[in-house]
Amino acid sequence: MSDNSQVKQPAARDEAALQPPVDVIEDASGITLYADLPGVPKDKLQLHVEADTLTIEGEIDLEMPGGIEASHAEVSLSRYRRVFSLSKELDASKVSAEFSQGVLKLAIPKAEHAQPRKVEVKIL
Amino acid sequence: MIYRSLFPRDVLAELDRLQREMQQGFRLSPSIRGIARGGFPAMNVGGTPQSVEIYAFAPGIDPATLDVQIEKGVLTVAGERQRQAPGEEATVHIDERFEGRFRRVVTLPDDVDPNAVDAKYRDGVLRISIARKQSAQPRRITVQ
Repeated sequence: MSDNSQVKQPAARDEAALQPPVDVIEDASGITLYADLPGVPKDKLQLHVEADTLTIEGEIDLEMPGGIEASHAEVSLSRYRRVFSLSKELDASKVSAEFSQGVLKLAIPKAEHAQPRKVEVKIL
Repeated sequence: MIYRSLFPRDVLAELDRLQREMQQGFRLSPSIRGIARGGFPAMNVGGTPQSVEIYAFAPGIDPATLDVQIEKGVLTVAGERQRQAPGEEATVHIDERFEGRFRRVVTLPDDVDPNAVDAKYRDGVLRISIARKQSAQPRRITVQ
């Protein structure tokens, strides 16, 4: 276990990053997560599912003219990073992802055995 | 009916709000229109001797619905971001992303040319590039 936790947090990942806003919606089939990652091209987005941890990372890559000087910056870092712990009933091996115009949509289905079942109440 | 988890998200949201208000109270606004932090879309503004560059971080918007206007030295970016309504049986656990109509205003420097504007939307970022007037650009003067 201790080996695992070391792998999860190498020094490079501790550098400052923006926390992207997310929406998390759950229904009977699973969890849908939307994250806003504006400025991240498809090839600079990284998703990791490791054990029960989901990591979303992205690097902003904007076209900027040479010699630009910032006069006002609200987005002052060029990386996004956010980590979620997944619960047992989610099937991390079947995560599907779509990424378009800076919005990431992740669908994490529930494992077969965790799909909802109706419980009959017996009247005695 | 959307079920929202009351705890602990709302406590955090409340702390967030407090922090924002404090920042606003202490910040010196360079312009009468400010540029309020925490609004949507987030904006970065920069310049080169040839142009003024504005980056609006507005992910997930159809570029055709974005309304960008320049009038009397003021740039306005307006639009709407709609969210798919969650299904009836769905539970909303986290709800942080912006939803609804937005409008942000930036005061432009005096030397820009409102007829030389270029706007592009890529990866959820709207980049508006406004050229500075020819007369305002630095020139080298040869000494005879």
